[in-house]
Amino acid sequence: MTRVRALGAALQGAGTVFLLLALTFAAIAVVNPGFFEAPSVMAFLKQAAPLVVLAAGQYFVVVSGNFDLSVGALVGAQVVIAARLIDGVESRTVPVMLVMLAFGIGVGLVNGLITTVLKVQSFITTLGMLLVLYGAIRLWTGGAPTGDLSEAFRTPGRLGITGVPLIGQIPWALLIMLAVGAGAILLMRTRFGRILIASGDNELAARLSGARVDAVRTAAFVLSGISATIAGVLIGGFAGVSAQVGEGLEFTVITAVVLGGVALGGGRGTALAAMAGALAIEALFTLFNQMALPATLRPAVQGAIIIAAVAYAARRRLRPAPQPTAAPS
Amino acid sequence: MTAFAPRRLSTTALIHLALAAVLAVGGAAVALDGGNLFATANLVDMLTRTSLTGFLAIGMTLVILCRSLDLSVGYVAALSSLVAATTMDGQAANVPLAVALVLLVSGLVGAANGAIVAFLKVNPFIATLGTGLILKGYLDTEYQGPAGDVPAVFQQFGYTRIAFVPVSALVMLAVAAAAIGFLRSTRTGHHMYAVGGDVDVARMSGIRTTRVLLTAHVLCGMCAGLAGLLLAARFGTGSAEAYTNLYELDAIAAVVLGGTLLLGGKGGVAGTVAGVAILAVLDSVFNVMQIDPFAKDVLRGAVIIAAVALYARRQLDRTARRPRFAATPRRPS
Repeated sequence: MTRVRALGAALQGAGTVFLLLALTFAAIAVVNPGFFEAPSVMAFLKQAAPLVVLAAGQYFVVVSGNFDLSVGALVGAQVVIAARLIDGVESRTVPVMLVMLAFGIGVGLVNGLITTVLKVQSFITTLGMLLVLYGAIRLWTGGAPTGDLSEAFRTPGRLGITGVPLIGQIPWALLIMLAVGAGAILLMRTRFGRILIASGDNELAARLSGARVDAVRTAAFVLSGISATIAGVLIGGFAGVSAQVGEGLEFTVITAVVLGGVALGGGRGTALAAMAGALAIEALFTLFNQMALPATLRPAVQGAIIIAAVAYAARRRLRPAPQPTAAPS
Repeated sequence: MTAFAPRRLSTTALIHLALAAVLAVGGAAVALDGGNLFATANLVDMLTRTSLTGFLAIGMTLVILCRSLDLSVGYVAALSSLVAATTMDGQAANVPLAVALVLLVSGLVGAANGAIVAFLKVNPFIATLGTGLILKGYLDTEYQGPAGDVPAVFQQFGYTRIAFVPVSALVMLAVAAAAIGFLRSTRTGHHMYAVGGDVDVARMSGIRTTRVLLTAHVLCGMCAGLAGLLLAARFGTGSAEAYTNLYELDAIAAVVLGGTLLLGGKGGVAGTVAGVAILAVLDSVFNVMQIDPFAKDVLRGAVIIAAVALYARRQLDRTARRPRFAATPRRPS
């Protein structure tokens, strides 16, 4: 029963995003038929991987009925921490990655505990965390990031398995993205995943049926922190170190998740569709590039498409059960 | 409505107490540092800081009360400053026209936000993020740098002060008073609380919820327009860059600090003004004590979380007294 309903909900909410994805790829094919050759597709996936990983993390938080606005600042913090601690020394790569993982888990845990134990709305918790991380990192580095990443650190974001027949190079980022995606989808099929959705759908009902709502919600924030850490490694390797890394990423990733048909407020949507939403956003950016749109106009088109896509999804959702119309007073 | 009065008062009283405490602690800290927080220059600085965030936060209070949100106010303010400066174009005679045009444009953006939220049923977070992005795209494409020229007469709005009170702060307080009156004694004002409390119950009680939402968003847009006028008066020109300051997050922080529930239906503008003042006092104290600007962000984030955690504690007691499925209706006191 739950499986059937979940499938129905998935198809209903996710239809829009797969349609959008198909349309965007079709448009890219029209503008630049050469895009669908292995190297450029692989390059596209490599670039899209961090956002997809972040979308998986954000999905857990959103579906349980919360927000995580701190991921952009956390990604920035992780990259800056990596550069400062590694400082170009190869042998420090793995220990520093472990420190970053601990930091990501710690930030997620703090977000989760403040939200669940102190009952602060997650919008405010993570907004505060955004400010704290933003200020703390600049305070620590004195305004400009210092240090250097090691070659080994850059490998996951930049390189891949070379010499594969037909395809050429399979980027590590793609493999990481697939692993995270598979992990997220599998996790949502476990008891944990079902409790997570139940908590977002109807908190009171979930509590009364004995679900440990606070525990799974805190775990969702921790998963988001871990995803930001992985994304930080990928982005740091791919794009390098700067003070602006991660800025505004939180809005892009929430947009991606919502584009995937995941309802803000929780309880509806699938991990697969959320990650497809991230892919759709990256595909849109690629399309804008291919069309040589003036860079300044991109946000406008992005904004219009988000509103249109979400309005379309809302219309589809509302149609089976139309809202009762207000009686005139 | 009288049933709400004691509760709202007590929350507002708490915030005003918090403001007094912040003033006292800040004053003491500055005094230990060998300064005087209440010197005229510092008072002017504090009050000047309140006016810009104040305009935005008053409008934001209205939409948050309706359980909506507006993430586009920073962009609306930037657009308004450009509309004002280019329309005035250095001519004092154009000021009334420019003000009217700004209020029209910002009201229209608000109406678009409201329509997308109310009729298309798009989540307000996404809807206003989207309109914000559209405005950003327009601003970045059309205006590469500052544009327009604000005549000296209108720049007075940004700089004149009576004793130590800037005119802009007085105007902000007047708008706040108007908003308090609107929420307390007009039908639409009361409906905003109802819509924020439970939109379905409100609709079934015969409130035209979409109209209420639309009104809140239009008023919020117009408040952002006022903020844009102030920006134009201060800079002497219109500037698209203004949106980079993330005013919308400041405004939301002030509203929440002021005790308005992010989930809607509870709160008010009096609390918001105190919230704005608390943030302004903190900023002034940090400035006078020359604390590292990056430490300011850290402290700000911590203060906001701590304050909301404190309110949440009070909220818990209240829900304990008012169970969700109470058998007997609550008696109005």
